[in-house]
Amino acid sequence: MSAAGSTSRTPRPVSVASFAQMQNVRRDDQHNEVEMLMPVVAEVFGNIGITKDDVDFICSGSTDYLIGGPFSFVMALDAVGVWPPRSESHVEMDGAWALYEAWVLLQEGEIDAALVYSFGRSSLGDLGEILALQLDPYYLAPLWPDPVSLAALQARALIDAGKGTEEEFAAIASRSRRDALANPRAQVANDIPADTLMQEEYVVSPLRRHTLPPVTDGAAAVVLAAGDRAQEWGDRPVWITGFDHRMETHSLGARDLTSSPSTAKAAIVAGVADGPVDVAEIHAPFAHQEIILREALGLDKTVTVNPSGGPLAANPIMSAGLIRIGEAAERIRSGEARRAVAHATSGPCLQQNLVCVLEGA
Amino acid sequence: MAERCAVIGVGQTHHKAKREDVSIAGLVREAAKMALADADLTWSDIDAVVIGKAPDMFEGNMMPEIYLAPALGAVGKPMIRVHTAGSVGGSTALVAAHLVKSGIHKRVLTVAYEKQSDSDAMWALSVPQPFAAPLLAGAGGYFAPHIRAYMRRSGAPDYIGRMVAVKDRRNAMRNPYAHLHLADIDMKMVEDSMMLWDPLRYLEACPSSDGAAAMVLAAEDALSGQYPPAWVHGTAMRSEPTMFAGRDQVNPRAGRDCSADVYAQAGVTNPREQFDCAEVYVPFSWYEPMWLENLGFCDLGDGWKLTESGATAFDGDIPWNASGGVLSSNPIGASGMLRFLEVAMQVRGQAGEHQVDGAKLALGQAYGGGSQFFSMWVVGSEKP
Repeated sequence: MSAAGSTSRTPRPVSVASFAQMQNVRRDDQHNEVEMLMPVVAEVFGNIGITKDDVDFICSGSTDYLIGGPFSFVMALDAVGVWPPRSESHVEMDGAWALYEAWVLLQEGEIDAALVYSFGRSSLGDLGEILALQLDPYYLAPLWPDPVSLAALQARALIDAGKGTEEEFAAIASRSRRDALANPRAQVANDIPADTLMQEEYVVSPLRRHTLPPVTDGAAAVVLAAGDRAQEWGDRPVWITGFDHRMETHSLGARDLTSSPSTAKAAIVAGVADGPVDVAEIHAPFAHQEIILREALGLDKTVTVNPSGGPLAANPIMSAGLIRIGEAAERIRSGEARRAVAHATSGPCLQQNLVCVLEGA
Repeated sequence: MAERCAVIGVGQTHHKAKREDVSIAGLVREAAKMALADADLTWSDIDAVVIGKAPDMFEGNMMPEIYLAPALGAVGKPMIRVHTAGSVGGSTALVAAHLVKSGIHKRVLTVAYEKQSDSDAMWALSVPQPFAAPLLAGAGGYFAPHIRAYMRRSGAPDYIGRMVAVKDRRNAMRNPYAHLHLADIDMKMVEDSMMLWDPLRYLEACPSSDGAAAMVLAAEDALSGQYPPAWVHGTAMRSEPTMFAGRDQVNPRAGRDCSADVYAQAGVTNPREQFDCAEVYVPFSWYEPMWLENLGFCDLGDGWKLTESGATAFDGDIPWNASGGVLSSNPIGASGMLRFLEVAMQVRGQAGEHQVDGAKLALGQAYGGGSQFFSMWVVGSEKP
């Protein structure tokens, strides 16, 4: 598949200069959204010794449906303190897409630095009910299909197609939460063998509790830098060398749920296959989705997937995608990886997907 | 170096109180198909889709781009959903413009909408939130004290708001897509209408509309369509905090900074002289004189005098909202994009009955929230 419609161009080098995330928790009832974000924003600037006055653009990602009121992003801006007034925008999407919007502006070459942040408290409501409202409001939402049931349909299709087994789902969950033991910001970290996990009852067949993401309150932030600032802010720039995102149709019945053509297309445009991949941070909230996404991204068995524990260890809605980009960048900054892939998803059963390729100097 | 970007197609629905003949998908598709036809393009020519709307609670559909993707031909393409409060229609167009200016895409479809009849915006704006003062009166109740403050500062006589209400509704009579067509509107009719939020009367407030707007933006080497392109000469967004002691809510600094930025890009030093017309977000009558000052079309305190002199009327020297503006059609999420779209129509010479003669350079402005979010663009018939 060609990168139809996109012009062939070499992107302006943009560095993921700094990353910070909140301690992911099941429920943070001590802080409002601004209070959740303030330490994250302070940390993302503090990491590289800059202030809000050093960034030229701000973009955030969040959804009103978590807080249950309109304009949840409006007051959140107080976590940055936009005075004097700043150039600022917001997407009602995961923060990974806010990062994409900021990266687009940086491509024009007129600004050199941007702050991206996202936040959300999943604990405030019932995610099963809330995410059902994301579906076609005439034909699907009135049936209230919850995201776990929809994911179970996908997992069942995967098993029926011979592309995955319940044992493999358990192995992914076991590995993810074991890896999360090394991630101090993870919410769920433990060392439980897959065959023990297989003893659990089904939540919605064929999904057992361990294949489901935790419910998480969280927030994350990234500073992007280009030009001289990318070199000035930290001695190990992590460059975004490819970036794309693609949408699929909404009707589940019209999709092959066992594959992810939108991820595959984004991976081609982002150039995932143009070099070896050492690490991938994949936004697969349900264990079985890692199998689908590995295939779509063209990752072989040598690629380390989700060393942070991934969304199975912490799944803050609206931030889990942005965190994948931040975590992948940190693997490169620490020297563990030279080239990494980060992925984010939105919508039921991986309807929309974003792929970001990161490389060290 | 940024690429040049131009508007090559525009489309909008007939805005109405209730568009019961279409679903949300049908509404956005109506505007999008019209924009594609205007640009002489089909769905497959479009590289990416950028959609915007005001709070999802206005229809009760969370992150509706998920559901609307196939209706907008976005399957297999990048799709972005923008939400920046009432300025969103403008901000959405700006994100689309950046996708072209950055050189990433050649042709981008941008769409904004609201289907207010599916819900009650005033209710959706008034959901009680912990530790926050309840906003029980919707936007009008929020802005009325700011208007009172403007009247006190400027010494404006109370009939100025009524003049704007009459002027914009008379302009709407020239616009077949406008929601309100009040043929017999006059000062008396406005004065006789019910007081809603002192000093705002019913006919000084925007309607609640169902509607959508769409544009196709293209790079210089991807132009098409029956009308000449509207070149984008400048784009800017600014935000400031919702509340703090030093904030001037009547004449917000974010608005002044935003216009200074966009004027500098477009080489505008005297907006009243250089612009041939402007489409500015005036949801309540008094925001015309307030934004005349904020946007530098006159000195501080003189906005109402400009309105009173007739300068902003259709036959004045700087027509504001020749389309009838937000006071005549208010599909909230699309209202900002309609401002951006209408000025593109003016400089392309396709505005029909409400065409401002010889319009070459024009300003589109949108604002949102409690006047802390601004987005603007300048479009012109000449290549920048």
